[in-house]
Amino acid sequence: MTEKRIRLRKREPLSDTQMLMFISIGIFCAMYIGAMLTLGGGFLKPQQIFDLLNDNAALIIISCALTIVMIGGGINISVGGVIGLTVMACALFLNGNSIENSALSIVLTLLLALGIGLGFGLLQGFLVAHLEIQPFIVTLAGMFLARGLTTILSVNPVKVTHEGFLELVKTKLTIPWLGYTAQNGNLIPAKIEIGALVALAVVILMFLQLRYTKLGRSIYAVGGNRQSALMLGINVRSTVFWSYVISGVLSGLAGFVFLMHKPAGNASVAIRSEMDAIAASIIGGTLLTGGVGNVIGTFFGAMILSTIQKIIALSPLNASWWQEMANGAMLSFFILLQSVVLMRKNRARAKKRKEIKEKEKKKDES
Amino acid sequence: MKTNKRSFSGLGQLLIPLVALAILIVFNIFRDISFFSIDLRFNNSGNMVLTGNLVSIIDSASELAIIAMGMTLVTAACGGQDISVGAVGAISGAVFVKVLQGMGAITIGTMLIAFALCCLATIVFKLFNGMLVAVFRIQPMIATLILYSCARSIAYWINGDATPQLRNEIISAIGKTIPGIPVPTPIFAVILVGLLLFLIFKFTSLRLYIQSVGINEGAARLNGINPTRIKLISFILLGVCVSVAGLIGVCRLGQLNHKTLLVDIEMDAILAVAIGGNSLGGGRFRLSGSILGAYIIQMLTTTLYAMNVAPVNVKAYKAIVIIIIVVAGSPVVKNKLTALWNRLRSGPARESARKEGVS
Amino acid sequence: MEDGIVLTMRGISISFPGVKALNNVDFTLRRGEIHALMGENGAGKSTLIKVLTGVYEKDAGSICIEGRDGEANIHSPQQAQNLGISTVYQEITLCPNLTVAENMFIGRTKDRIVRWREYEKRTTEILDNLGIPARASQELSHCSLAVQQMVAIARAVDMKCKVLILDEPTSSLDDKEVAMLFKLMRELKERGVGIIFVTHFLEQVYEVSDRITVLRGGELVGEYLVSELPQVQLVAKMMGKSLDDLAELERIGQKSAAGEETVYEAKDLSSAECRPFDFRIRRGEVNGFTGLLGSGRSESVRAIFGADQVTGGRVTIKGKPVRITKPHDAIRSGIGYLPENRRRDGIIADLSVRDNIILALQVIKGMNHPISRAEAEAFADEYIEALQIKTASKDTPIRSLSGGNQQKVILARWLLTHPQYLILDEPTRGIDVGTKLEIQKLVLKLAEEGMSVTFISSEIEEMLRTCSRLIVMRDRKIVGELTGDELTQAQVMKTIAGGEARDENE
Repeated sequence: MTEKRIRLRKREPLSDTQMLMFISIGIFCAMYIGAMLTLGGGFLKPQQIFDLLNDNAALIIISCALTIVMIGGGINISVGGVIGLTVMACALFLNGNSIENSALSIVLTLLLALGIGLGFGLLQGFLVAHLEIQPFIVTLAGMFLARGLTTILSVNPVKVTHEGFLELVKTKLTIPWLGYTAQNGNLIPAKIEIGALVALAVVILMFLQLRYTKLGRSIYAVGGNRQSALMLGINVRSTVFWSYVISGVLSGLAGFVFLMHKPAGNASVAIRSEMDAIAASIIGGTLLTGGVGNVIGTFFGAMILSTIQKIIALSPLNASWWQEMANGAMLSFFILLQSVVLMRKNRARAKKRKEIKEKEKKKDES
Repeated sequence: MKTNKRSFSGLGQLLIPLVALAILIVFNIFRDISFFSIDLRFNNSGNMVLTGNLVSIIDSASELAIIAMGMTLVTAACGGQDISVGAVGAISGAVFVKVLQGMGAITIGTMLIAFALCCLATIVFKLFNGMLVAVFRIQPMIATLILYSCARSIAYWINGDATPQLRNEIISAIGKTIPGIPVPTPIFAVILVGLLLFLIFKFTSLRLYIQSVGINEGAARLNGINPTRIKLISFILLGVCVSVAGLIGVCRLGQLNHKTLLVDIEMDAILAVAIGGNSLGGGRFRLSGSILGAYIIQMLTTTLYAMNVAPVNVKAYKAIVIIIIVVAGSPVVKNKLTALWNRLRSGPARESARKEGVS
Repeated sequence: MEDGIVLTMRGISISFPGVKALNNVDFTLRRGEIHALMGENGAGKSTLIKVLTGVYEKDAGSICIEGRDGEANIHSPQQAQNLGISTVYQEITLCPNLTVAENMFIGRTKDRIVRWREYEKRTTEILDNLGIPARASQELSHCSLAVQQMVAIARAVDMKCKVLILDEPTSSLDDKEVAMLFKLMRELKERGVGIIFVTHFLEQVYEVSDRITVLRGGELVGEYLVSELPQVQLVAKMMGKSLDDLAELERIGQKSAAGEETVYEAKDLSSAECRPFDFRIRRGEVNGFTGLLGSGRSESVRAIFGADQVTGGRVTIKGKPVRITKPHDAIRSGIGYLPENRRRDGIIADLSVRDNIILALQVIKGMNHPISRAEAEAFADEYIEALQIKTASKDTPIRSLSGGNQQKVILARWLLTHPQYLILDEPTRGIDVGTKLEIQKLVLKLAEEGMSVTFISSEIEEMLRTCSRLIVMRDRKIVGELTGDELTQAQVMKTIAGGEARDENE
């Protein structure tokens, strides 16, 4: 009995998912500490981390949205477009809304945002899962549709004037003991926006969902081997369908969070953010081939991307094109690292298997 | 079920794009027949040129058609797409302009040198992509994501923030029309690139090799094909296509804007490949399908413009049409329609057979 | 329903466009028996299995399952599973990126929330119970193929299946692993599971089965007790040939006498996958590499062809030194290689039969000298005719051909290059008996014409019939070379088992 228990508890070798995730966490920590030591300043204050979260809440959420689809072996490049559409639609809705009860109108706006995301998720999920059209094309069309609808709604930028909502935008959670003392001696507490908290909640929820629910595990199974998943009795179509629906709803939510950070809509909101989200997922250890990855890694992937931006903004190389180049370099680094790590690991595994076989044979001989 | 698989030879693959094109044409006939009118007019510089929607469709789809051809090859060999074509095209344009400016005068000679150099630069960048894909075995979309996100910055770095103007007869001859020839020059570029690829396929066995590598890389290697080399070749050919497209893009406007040159063309090019009936998973391919796909996309855009849809809103309508086309082309829908058709056709036949049995 | 019967299929018919795949087939499975389903390729075995598991819809007939009244409705694999019919396929149908425990439980629990601890505990119990050497929390990709297969079986068993279908389960396992699998099968039999066992290996059928059902050309030949059906008769029933025909199979051709000239010679050749070995083959000689799966026989020929990374050795062809480090070098030196795994390494599935035939010749000619369409058509016609390849047309994608015909296309590909040395690794695996015979005859004919051939097969009789020299391998080393009178089944077995080697040491 005890022996059995030991066998259960025995540490398994790291799975691909875990290994790639740990690499990305490690690099984030190293980078952040490096920035603290060399750049100092803002990086020494806890507020810096909160700012990273505040500024990138929407990116974190759509990165999770992408990770889920990518684990299932698909891709969703409409996430940025859906953010743009949601922001515009919500901004117009809030401004045109004459309901006196402002709490109600905010709830309605949230529902509108989720509804738009849900609509895209359902449509794309249906096309990918049930009509078996290539996900890249479906979500590319989704992106075009979302961007086109955004400009149909309004070509001009729309600023939110709804007072209740602006109040919500200003609402921040303050943590005094993580604050710092400004030069004039005032204590400035650390501030977290609601959006950042939502993003963290999404990461945790999605992690639990992927790890502990039937749907989550089915997504891994489908991404790992679609045919096998079918044979194991998993409803592959509905799994793929729901992964796109979740992805769509999260994109809508990300739009709402974006609006809470910058309460204005325009045609270029979150433009090309889908590529940042893909990059965050990859850096966090999600493989485009499916079956490998998780949202914790993705969270750190997004944090790495935003930390690079912060570092460059604080360094003498502050220019948008330097940022893009740094992103590119970082991405190349991670992609090559992953490819090398996975190759070496597979080789080591094959070698080990062979050695074991040889040992067994030698035993048989003697 | 076993014998149901239709062979891909013949028109099968081109059926959906041809039908889509036909529908677009018929739609335009009923909407406004003058859409198709073609005139011979004098343009601003006093040359006789053909004008009209059809000419402008074929003209303005040139860059897309050229890149779609290259994209088809990479898709077929690597089973994935290159999303950095637009951004690398910007580098190509930047190098071209930089070299031209460096040499001062714009003559045919300097143009050729500049083009050769920008071709070289593009190929180097495409080889970087190709190495990641072929040697490090990274999925093409991810490998090209790197340049997608930073190539325009490299273009900026080459040429600074300015948008250099190139006002010159030779430039406009390439980007617009050659005096005396009423057909826009970019159309000839498409024909030229198409011809080049046609000749390559005619006088080498590259087509067979690309398809073999795309379908079964391991088996191709065991038959003596070097998959790495074939993938790199496909990226080099794409690089040539991209630099030609970049050249046309620069000459068409007579200026270089690294932010807008060939912007978003990667998405349209991938679409063109898919609409042309090619599998995005690699393997068998048809260049003609992709070219057709490119013209369909452009025709759709022009039709929408002609219907007074604002340029910024075109994307939404385009998306709807794309969805319709891919749904019509999806195997699931095809199978269902075939089954329905068979049932409709065999219904009466069976009844008559039964009657015969009775009598 | 007769007592002890778990499954009855009556009058099953199904047709595909143009083919009657099954015609009025009956099949009965009893509780606690291992029932082999035999037949050549195209006999309808897999179609029958697919009808039973709900992949295909039958046109006519009925399926009854013990404990259920009336006809069972099976329209999807899920429904089949719910009725207690589980299938373990040749290719592992589990998810490699999930743990063993998850693979045991995913897709069949109603729980919306995964209870990891409980799953792992139950999995450990099941694995221990069945004696499967795996840990519950292990990622499946870390297990060997055999263990993965057993996990698949354990899953089926735990689902309280009454009918367990094993479709070619042994084809990628070595002997030891097969023994483990058979032990497990017997264990399950004791527990009353009815097992349908589909395989190409006759010996294995006689080792574990109780009953045999033979199909031929989509029709039922009959159901027999293993003890009442000698092996030769079984083959006769499968092939639909009389015993006289089979006698001819035994006497197939005359082994040709090898010439004197050495065509290929390797000294200390080694690759990433195999140890250094010496090897030579003469003009017109047919030799064979034999040994158990994993003994290094395939790895050796892969090294000769440069398919794996070559790490050392000197190679001469007709006395001239050559460097062969990749398949391209080998092909240019006149070596052809038909790989062991046809589907993975041989065919280019979506390409036409014609393109598949000319591929290797095209590589020899080089990229700048394409074979014209007309030439390609002519070559294809010639070999489709010569090898009697059954295909709808030259433009048909090779994947829609049957296994035997695909193999012939690959053979044609190499014959077209007129190699001086042809390596055939398991050319007869997974194809019907008739085609096997044709291929063996072809090998002898080629040797007569002066080609050197290396022939590898898991069936020793085939090798004894065709080869004039057998190289025996064990543990990735050459342990013996048999020629002339030594070429008997007993001697080969003895050498493989290691008796010979030990004698020499003493």
